[in-house]
Order: sequence, then structure tokens, then C-alpha cells
Amino acid sequence: MANDIEFDFRQNVSRALKDKQLRKNFKFAMGNFILKRKQIFSDDRETEQLRTIGSAIKVRALTRLPLLLEQLEARCTHNGIQVHWAETTAEANQQVLRIMNTHRATRLVKGKSMVSEEMGLNEFLQENGIEAIETDLGEFIIQLNAEKPSHIIVPAIHKNKEQIARIFHEKIPDTPYTENVEALNAIARKTLRQKFFKAQVGLSGVNFAVAETGTLCLVENEGNGRMCTTLPPVHIAVMGLEKVVEKLADLPPLLRLLTGSATGQLITTYVNMITSPRKGSEKDGPREVHLVILDNGRSEILADPQLRQTLHCIRCGTCLNHCPVYTRIGGHAYGFVYPGPIGMILNPQVEGLKKAGVLATASSLCEACAEVCPVKIPIPQLLRRLRNESYSSDTFCTVKECGYQRNLIDSLAWKGWEFMNTHPRINAVGQKIMGILGPRVPPLGPLKQWTRYRALPKFAGKSLHQLVEEQGVENE
Amino acid sequence: MKDDHVKPKTVYYFGTCLMDMFYPEAGMAGIKLIQREGVQVIFPRQQTCCGQPAYNSGFPREARKVALMQMQLFPKQYPIVVPSGSCAGMMKHHYPLLFKNDTRLDTVQQFSNRIVELSEFLVRVLKIKLKDRGSPIKVTWHSSCHALREMRVVEDSKSLVRQLQNVELVELQNEKECCGFGGTFAVKQPAISGAMVSDKIEDVTQTGATRLITGDCGCLMNIGGAMEYQNAPIRGQHLAEFLWERLNGK
Repeated sequence: MANDIEFDFRQNVSRALKDKQLRKNFKFAMGNFILKRKQIFSDDRETEQLRTIGSAIKVRALTRLPLLLEQLEARCTHNGIQVHWAETTAEANQQVLRIMNTHRATRLVKGKSMVSEEMGLNEFLQENGIEAIETDLGEFIIQLNAEKPSHIIVPAIHKNKEQIARIFHEKIPDTPYTENVEALNAIARKTLRQKFFKAQVGLSGVNFAVAETGTLCLVENEGNGRMCTTLPPVHIAVMGLEKVVEKLADLPPLLRLLTGSATGQLITTYVNMITSPRKGSEKDGPREVHLVILDNGRSEILADPQLRQTLHCIRCGTCLNHCPVYTRIGGHAYGFVYPGPIGMILNPQVEGLKKAGVLATASSLCEACAEVCPVKIPIPQLLRRLRNESYSSDTFCTVKECGYQRNLIDSLAWKGWEFMNTHPRINAVGQKIMGILGPRVPPLGPLKQWTRYRALPKFAGKSLHQLVEEQGVENE
Repeated sequence: MKDDHVKPKTVYYFGTCLMDMFYPEAGMAGIKLIQREGVQVIFPRQQTCCGQPAYNSGFPREARKVALMQMQLFPKQYPIVVPSGSCAGMMKHHYPLLFKNDTRLDTVQQFSNRIVELSEFLVRVLKIKLKDRGSPIKVTWHSSCHALREMRVVEDSKSLVRQLQNVELVELQNEKECCGFGGTFAVKQPAISGAMVSDKIEDVTQTGATRLITGDCGCLMNIGGAMEYQNAPIRGQHLAEFLWERLNGK
């Protein structure tokens, strides 16, 4: 899932923070998203009820996930959709390739799919001589520029109009430079239309898969998703196994939550419900539909009752939009396919703490994400858990490479902290000494980091304990 | 917290470690505001820290020890007033999580139920009326994340400032955005935290206020420290101290 082989979060952060244009682009875009969400979810009580329902639907689905997946497979198969299981991303890639090869297909058009990003599908297919073209406008832009998505809903959000104009001009043959949005859209449309006509296979993600009916639900605004799933003779859908829900009746609240949280829309322009390939008498639609269901570590996450909540996620991206850290460093700095708060809890669990555990430190635990999450994932609480597992390899630990950060200095420091705070008298003496030393304390270690941006707090001459004693406040 | 609470005769006060070390005058001001309404305040001398630093940094075992020690110090059924949204949030909402799989959970929950943040106590229980004796001043308000999203007491805090006749309250553009403190976050991710606090100061500066009021000493230490570092002509102050000064015409 990593974008870079050598992932240096600190360096990524420092690069991102220096990029003034990037910070401006994100601040502007995220501000808009926050506003739009607020407008659609204007009634706090109603929103809270809806979130409770959304969370309950996901709890119910995850509690009986194996059963629902079996039911989904049975219903899909009955409807004529071929189901493939993949434990790893490598397996999923092979399955897509096998289907392509069966049809001697070399041209594929793609709707937006984060799971395909997780698989690194584009690169894999390219290595195997297959052209995979992104047809979602944002994905199309960054594919032209050989970049990765910086946001799970709006992948090119880090680019402004001028930057996009330059990419089109440089990467699409015979394209004059224009900053006119209509003209830019027309260029993309014209280029992609040809790709749609020539594609032999269309690939899409899945927002929700309904076990009861074997229906794949897909939302989008550009119509490219519908083209990918109806125009080419073969449609392959890829999904993470947590996307299954129990019944059709679960969809209305989930769709309302998804589109409201993601883009502030009551409903998207297109809502695709795919239940079978083209039937005998029908005039259009793909002749074959495949569903690839990917695990990639999800079953392990499911096994832990607390961390399982990570799998509630419906990929709306609103936690990114509301995150003060994401807004400042952008998606690429996180170094993995899933950025922002959801990425901070998901990546360390999938990739292991050694590789991705540092992400769990990039939060002030401000709770902004938890406040808006449509399915009530307690992200800050899960971050605390991951921080704990970074330092501990206790019996309760379930995350890969737990205890990777355990070291004597931190252990001693927190033991010392515990000692001081459970021995009030010694604590009081310590404080008096600090009060006297005050400004003469050398800014070392954590204090050094503090003073990069701030003045040191001044120890008061008299502590609150001393003041209450002097002023005769009751002791018990 | 509901409005129909009966005014108690006595309350406990948990002064928080940051107030104890860096802002003792603010801590005293909180006590005096309560005493002024005729309520007796008990400050158990053995109290230290709520345990949040360790809890948030991945050391819940150490946090539990410190939390246990605090809980023993407040044996009677008085409300426990905490002049910080963050420490109150820790003691009210996180203690039960910290002791979730512990046989003492019931006792912990009873303790947590008694936690009340200072502003909400002054407004909803004491229904305090403030008479402003200070000279005219323009201030702005910073909402701490945990006062806002865990304790949900920010409107109470701001209503106290609004009672003051000579105080003009100018709101921040991004009032609900974190200042970047986050305890050890500030030193573990100093660059991100630094960017957040710099943006916060920009927002504070554009209000034209000469003072920044907040209900949490963590934010105060962060924003105040950064303003001092940048030589900004704005001073940060804890709400309790500000209110006490206004009542006494300072």
C-alpha cells in the first residue's frame, strides 16, 4: 500500500509544510467541504440519529460478516455475477489479469476505486502490457502526471486550475493551454470518450454490496462509473470485504450518510445498482460481470473487537476534510494510499507498526474526525490504542509488530512521571525546585522541540498547592 | 449537564497539573468565583494530575495508577469542579474507558459522574451573575477541543464573557479548529503542531483583540507561548482569571 519504498514521514511533512501553494489549495478545498457538509447536515439531532443508524448497520454487518459474504457470493452467483476471493493484493491483481487474458483484452477503463489503488493495479497491469485508463476526472488528471491520489474522494484536490491546465497542455497531445474550466472539461471528455469506445473491460469499485440481493451499489457524479460498468463487454468490480451490508433497506441511510459526508450532496448524480450482467433479451450492459473480494489484512482487523471499528469506514473522506493535520500536510505526506485520520488507523494495522506506526503520532486527538464520522468510528480512541501497542507487546496486543517502539528512555520517563504523580510530597518538592530554576532549565529533548515555535512556560514562584494552603482553602 | 441542578453547599476542586505549575493564579480565581457564590470549596492537597499525558501517549498502565490515586482523594459525594475542559473530559469520559475491564469500573463511573467543568458549573448550577468593573477591552475566545467536543461547555464559557458589559468579544474565524497542542503531539510532531499554532495566531491577530481567553491551560501554554515567541501584542489568559479580574476592576 505504500507509495514510496522509503517512507520518511518527518521529511514528507516538512516538504509539504514548505509548499505554500499546496497548503493554500488544501485549506481552500477543505473549507468548502466542511461548509457543504454543514449545510446538508444542518439539523444536529437528525444527523446524530442518522449516524447512530449508520453505525448500527455496520456493527450488524461486521458481527456476521462471514455469513453475509457467503450469502453475497451465493446471490451474485445466482444472478450471474462471477465472484473471486483474494487474500492478498497480489492475488487480486492476478485475478484481474486472468480475466483480461481470457478475453485477450489489452485495454481497460477504470472508474474510481480506492481498493484498486491499494492493489497498485494500474502499475501491475502496465507491467503486463495492459493499458489501464482512469476515467474519473480527478484520477485522470493525476494519472497523466504520474501521481497518486491525495484524497480518497477528490484525488486531485491538491491541484488548482492553473496546475491542471499545465498538465493537460503538456501531457495530452495537441492540447492548447487553457485555464477555462469548461474547456478543460471538454478536453478530458473528448480524450476519455475515445477510451470508453475502445475499452474491452471496465473496472469499478463498490460502495456497498448487498448480501440479500447480490447487488453492487456504486455512487458517482460524472457518469464515468456508469460508462465503465455498462459500455465494455466485461465489467470487473473490486471491493474490500468490509463493504458488504445485510439488506437493501440498509442502503438509504448509508447513501444519505455517504454523499452528505463526502460532498455535501443529498444524493449523487448517478447511483448505480448492478445486480447481473446483460440478460438474453436486453440490448445493453456487459455480458460478463466479475466481483473480486479482497481481504488484505481485513479479517485480522475484524478479529479484534475494538479495532474492528476501523472496518465501519464507508470511505466518505470527511475525516480528512475536518482534520487540522491533513489540511496542512495534504494526502501525499502520509505515504500510503489511505491518508488522513482513517489512514492513520488503517495503515498501521495493514502494513504493521514498524512501517506505518509513526502515523499514529500525527494527531492532536482533537476529536474533529470522530465528531463527523458518519459511522461513528472512534478514531482518536483507536489512535490511543495504536500508540499503546507501539510501546507494548502485552497479551492483549493484536497489531503487527506491537511493541516495536519500546525503549528504555520512554519507559523510564513515564515510570518517573507515574512516580512523581503518585507521590505528592516529592512532586511538590520537584515543583519548588523547578520554580527556582525556572528559566535556567536548559531546553533539551522535548523542550527543544517545544521552543522551536514557542516560549517556554514559566514555572510559577508559588504553585496552586501553595496558594490554597496560604489562603486557607479547605483540605478535606 | 441539565440546568435543574440544585446548588450544592460544598464542592471539590481539581486544580490540574498545568495550573498548579504554570497558572496558579487562574486556579485560585476559579476557587474564588465559586466561593463568591457561597459554596465551600475543598482542595484535597494530595492531588496531582488526571493522567491524560500518559493515557494519550500510549502508556495507559501508568495513567491508571495516577488516576486511581486521584480518585481516592475525593471520597464524599460532592461534585468535583475542574477548571479545564480537557482534564474534565479525561476524568468524566475517559476514566470509564481506562477501567473498562476492571472490577472497580462501578466506582470509577460514580466518580466520573461527579465531574463538572468550571464554566458549566458557574452557569448552569450556580447561575452566576457577573458585574463588570473593568475598563473597556476587546477580547477573542479560543475553544479547546475537549471543552468543545467532549465536555460541550463552550457556550457556557462564552456566555460568561458575554455577561461582561465592557468586554467586546470578537470570534475567531476558525474557532473550532485545534490550536495544535495535543500534549506530547506538540513535541512528537513539532512541525505540524507549529504550523497549526501559527495559523491560530494569524486568526487571533485578525480579530484586533488584545487578549485571548480560553478555558484550558494546555491551549494557553501553546498559543500564549507561541504569541510570546512571535512577539505578538496579545496576551493569553485563562477564563477564570479573566473573570475574577473583571469583577475586581483590574
